Amino acid sequence: MTTRAAPGEISVRRDGAERMGFFTDTSVCIGYKACEVACKQWNDLPSDGGELRPGGSYDHTGALGAATWRHVRFVEMVEPRPLPLDDIAPVDVAAAVADMDRWIFMSDVCKHCTNAGCMDACPTGALIRTEFETVVLQADVCNGCGYCIPACPFGVVDRDPVDGRAAKCTLCYDRLRDGMEPACAKACPTDSIQFGVYEDLVEVAQRRVAALQDRGVQGAYLYGAGDGDDDQLAGGLGAFFLLTEPPERFGLPAHADSPIQENVVPATLAAVAAGLAAAAGVAAAFRIARPARGVGRLTLLAAAAGAAEIAGDVMHRRRR
Amino acid sequence: MRARERGAKVIHVDPRFGRTGASSDLHVPIRAGTDIALFGGLIRHVLETESYFKEYVLHYTNASTIVNERYADTEDLGGVFSGYDPGTRTYDPSSWMYEGGEVASAAGEREHSTQAFDENTGAGMLEGPVPRDETLQHPRCVLQILRRHYARYTPEMVSRICGVPEALFHEIARAIVANSGRERTTALCYAVGWTPHTAGVQMIRAGAILQLLLGNIGRPGGGIMAMRGHATIQGSSDIPTLYELLPGYLHMPRAREEELTLADYISSGGADRGWWSNFDKYVVSLLKAWFGDAATPDNDFGFGHLPKITGNHAHFPTMMRAVDGGLDGMFVMGQNPAVGSPNGGLMRRALRGMRWLVVRDFKEVETATFWRDAPEIRSGEVRPEDVETEVFLMPAATHVEKEGSFTQTQRMVQWRDRALAPPGDARSELWFMHHLMHRVMARYAGSTDPKDWPIVNLHWPYTPQGPECEPLADDVLREINGYDVATGEPVPGFDELRADGSTACGCWIYSGIYAGGENHARRRDPGDLDAEGGWVSPDWGWAWPANRRILYNRASADPQGRPWSERKKYVWWDAEQGRWTGYDVPDFPVDKPPGYRAPEDGGKGMDAISGDEPFIMMGDGRAWLFSPSGLLDGPLPTHYEPVESPFGNVLYPQIGSNPAAIHWDRPDNPVNATGDPRWPCVLTTFRLTEHHTPGGMSRGLPWLNELQPEMFAEIDPELAAARGIEDGGWLVVSTERGEIEARAIVTDRMRPLRVGGRVVHQVALPWHWGYTGLSTGDSANDLLHVSADPNVNIETTKALTCDVRAGRRPSPATSRVTHAPRGRAAVDREHPAEGPTSGSSEAGP
Amino acid sequence: MSRPGWFDVLRRLPVAGRVADWGMGGHAVSRATREAGARVAGLDATESVCPYCAVGCAQLVYTRDGELVDIEGHPRSPVSQGALCPKGSASRQLIQQPGRLTKVLHRRPHATEWEELELETAMDMIAERVVEARERGWQTHDERGRRVDRTLGFAHLGGATLDNEENYLIRKAFTAMGAVQIENQARI
Repeated sequence: MTTRAAPGEISVRRDGAERMGFFTDTSVCIGYKACEVACKQWNDLPSDGGELRPGGSYDHTGALGAATWRHVRFVEMVEPRPLPLDDIAPVDVAAAVADMDRWIFMSDVCKHCTNAGCMDACPTGALIRTEFETVVLQADVCNGCGYCIPACPFGVVDRDPVDGRAAKCTLCYDRLRDGMEPACAKACPTDSIQFGVYEDLVEVAQRRVAALQDRGVQGAYLYGAGDGDDDQLAGGLGAFFLLTEPPERFGLPAHADSPIQENVVPATLAAVAAGLAAAAGVAAAFRIARPARGVGRLTLLAAAAGAAEIAGDVMHRRRR
Repeated sequence: MRARERGAKVIHVDPRFGRTGASSDLHVPIRAGTDIALFGGLIRHVLETESYFKEYVLHYTNASTIVNERYADTEDLGGVFSGYDPGTRTYDPSSWMYEGGEVASAAGEREHSTQAFDENTGAGMLEGPVPRDETLQHPRCVLQILRRHYARYTPEMVSRICGVPEALFHEIARAIVANSGRERTTALCYAVGWTPHTAGVQMIRAGAILQLLLGNIGRPGGGIMAMRGHATIQGSSDIPTLYELLPGYLHMPRAREEELTLADYISSGGADRGWWSNFDKYVVSLLKAWFGDAATPDNDFGFGHLPKITGNHAHFPTMMRAVDGGLDGMFVMGQNPAVGSPNGGLMRRALRGMRWLVVRDFKEVETATFWRDAPEIRSGEVRPEDVETEVFLMPAATHVEKEGSFTQTQRMVQWRDRALAPPGDARSELWFMHHLMHRVMARYAGSTDPKDWPIVNLHWPYTPQGPECEPLADDVLREINGYDVATGEPVPGFDELRADGSTACGCWIYSGIYAGGENHARRRDPGDLDAEGGWVSPDWGWAWPANRRILYNRASADPQGRPWSERKKYVWWDAEQGRWTGYDVPDFPVDKPPGYRAPEDGGKGMDAISGDEPFIMMGDGRAWLFSPSGLLDGPLPTHYEPVESPFGNVLYPQIGSNPAAIHWDRPDNPVNATGDPRWPCVLTTFRLTEHHTPGGMSRGLPWLNELQPEMFAEIDPELAAARGIEDGGWLVVSTERGEIEARAIVTDRMRPLRVGGRVVHQVALPWHWGYTGLSTGDSANDLLHVSADPNVNIETTKALTCDVRAGRRPSPATSRVTHAPRGRAAVDREHPAEGPTSGSSEAGP
Repeated sequence: MSRPGWFDVLRRLPVAGRVADWGMGGHAVSRATREAGARVAGLDATESVCPYCAVGCAQLVYTRDGELVDIEGHPRSPVSQGALCPKGSASRQLIQQPGRLTKVLHRRPHATEWEELELETAMDMIAERVVEARERGWQTHDERGRRVDRTLGFAHLGGATLDNEENYLIRKAFTAMGAVQIENQARI
């Protein structure tokens, strides 16, 4: 398999590794917030809230941040219904039933974009694309310049107020390396967060949209997947969503292009990078086991960290 | 959510439109505390439309049984059943018996208020055969009594009482009828918002009657599920620390005028018919487990030395005794009554009335710091220097720092191994009780005083191990399972227990958990969940009794022993093998054929249960739509208003709230009068998924506090506008007990209801906050009064009245009445409150 | 394999660092990233049960050298299949919470502060008090002359998160002492 890493990107890869992602299905999210806590627990992130947010419904976290890598957004769309005039006035049952989907929950996360603005902006190489084609920020490389923060069209990346470095979801890179499911997806009781091989997830998600539409949920659609290569959302999202309302309801942009990608500079840089790739083969010889594969791509091989191959059956294990 | 994805229809009935409502197919807003009216309406609908499961109802319930002619219904007597004594506010239930039935032999002892687990066995109920009319036409048969009792619970009446619009009522009725029968089942789930009412037991009974009429008990996908809030709250009543119970739902002996012998006790608690005919084996084996070699047939196995109860010794009367200076000390282990029990001000006053208090917990909780942080201390009403109570706060071990078992809500016991050592001086309760008892036993060693006999002869064989000198929970579980006294070998199950002293058993219903010398609660094999019946997972943990996952599962087959349908197949009769078989352990004598019939004279013991009578714990083998004994507030659920209500009772204007409910009429426990215009709103309390009880296990955790950081109140926009309250602003909630402040969440998810031509607003308060911890806030329980259900003494926390206003409370004071000098509360110092001022206590002859 | 220190400094410079990385290949991937792995990999997990509500979700408790490393859902549980709620997911913080008690705290009558007590001393003092309370509150007969053989001197209130085995010993020991005011969250 070849990586989709864009020219100019720095990435690691391992044989047999596939693109992994999240499919977050808001139609079964119950607003539990188990994902938020499971994420903090695994990644040892501190609490970064402590006050009730007026108007925030049950969302007192507010937004993704340096210490909040999963965030459940609560959208109250309950319409005030006038009281019936008398006790036995007819009630519109259909309207009452429709009301049921009027408090909507959505677990937000880093989108692990195909064209990741944060990576383009990062001057130090702290942001890399992993063998799972996820976008990981290496805290030990980050110099805290903060260029990545405005470069993210989704407002995901944030700077840690204590050490000044940027921080965001790693899609549990450490767990993936050992064949474990990301903490948020594991904790989710309704499978609103599904983790797996990206292509498989897209298929599952497309079937889900069709099923919901059959059931009469006409508004169901995928956000960030299935639109093809010219996807308007950063080339497609490694972590994509099923929504039943316009994206703006969830604070998501309708379009998302990295500000830098609209510039010619990256292309130039990419060309340079491609040129350097040959040199890299030599230069890297002292530390890289195998030469890069793939034409026009700068593919850096990770030293085979950990002898264990990621066992497909573990990785692709679904709970049910 | 997964059931819904598979096509199940989920209906959520709740005053609040919460996250469950948002994840359901239909949310039905209801006025808090009126559930029996809603269920009464559904029962009426099922009867009037003839949509009950006829074969199930006829064979498996007491629908055809004929009731005593002395029985009179609430519909005849304006809101009370026959046998009511307005002076004592208690019932004499003898007229509720089946025709020809004996008056329960224990009736003369009916003097303490919580005995729901006693006498529900049908003790002494009938001598001869049970009179029945299989045509269900006899005017005094249970089905006809039900029809008349619920005749006025029309959809219009349901709407008037509950505020549930008729169209929504019809939608519920349509859905549950369509999803019950041979092919389908309906489950009722409740998150304990159903029980804390003065008619709490009857609310569950109402659900049970509906489920029985629809054939939804003892079958997969049916039942009534309590989504309970504590890891082993089921285990805590199985192996109870509850004053009226010994392990395995054996009742505590009750004092009487004559000497109480073991034989008397067995005859009052056992039954001639049904499974409880084995009662003697269980109590003798318990006494052997407790008193070992000292327990012999000659001394009644030490039975006479057990303490006797005389009235209501439950949590609330005990706290009232403490307020009145009648209690020296108290152990509080993993509990937090200072903010966790209603009328928090009164609870803290009780704590101040004790000489000493031992609190065991993970951190400082309100019950340990009441002398330093409580609202009345902050306000200066009480000074720490004036609080006499000596307090020991002991660090406790967490669930991963000790071994032991929890019993989850479906009776499944799961063992936990110890993963690490507790920090510092933190210890388990097992350690604490062992080392405390060692000291106590040393103190009494050699005593010949009869009162010390149980201590001197206590069988305490536990051997401390390891650096902390911790007794092995595994050894305790073996004792709970039971063993052969001669060999010490674990018994395979309760069938092997004997009444002659040859077996010992700590809790008969758990017997079998250590069968074959293996700790079955430690089993962790889920099996193949996708296989036919594989979802039963019998090898994951162990469920009492006998590893049965669904009780009364004989009812999953028809009277002839065949599954009601292929789709709902669970347990059935295998004629070739001559045995009951299926996916679960059959809850029936395994070789009793469906065609077996009890002898003409009714028979004795399990012989009295015919092969088509699945409810073997009942003397007549049938599920009781109508309860001839066991309940203290009536044989049928009836709509009563909550003790505090903006409305009178439209069905029974003379009665109002449950006439047998328990009240404590004291100056420090005032009640908002019905219809008092000062308290126009309904108050209800609830829980959040992000917190736990009053916060002892959650408000010390920053990860949880950030998700729900502050105490709040949910109100509807109409009420907010009327009171000038803004979303996110502050509001004050007040009752006769005092005031608390909270942040306002103004939301359309809260809907005003139209009840009886009036609009009523409901105020919903989470009860997770208190004055100690990382996240602090006013305690909702400071607003509540203490009143209780007569059967089990559960408190009232879900339906009260209050008012709200914008702003903050003027001072840190939260209580109007509970912190005045002690003299203000009328106290009978000679007889400190042992029972409530009204209700069923001390009401015997 | 180690890289000179000046290189790390260079890498942290804007643009220059990026260029330096292109030239140097895989060293943009830090050692920490190369060696990344789940901190529980290879550790023994103890099978446990969530201490919060009564659903009974199963947990896996990972420890290293007696220290708690991680608590997460047990994927094989037929009850929970690996999932946990926010409280269950936070249970490591329950054990490691700020303010966790490790010493006995004692408040003398009328005192305004806690004092620390040795565990054994506290146990001795408590045993003394419970024996005294038993004696003071002892009744052989009640006021109506009925045989009761009990003490009303002390009471117990337990939470429903105590283990079954613990409840059993509490019931057995306190009943033997004659106490009847034995209560639990299970009622209230």
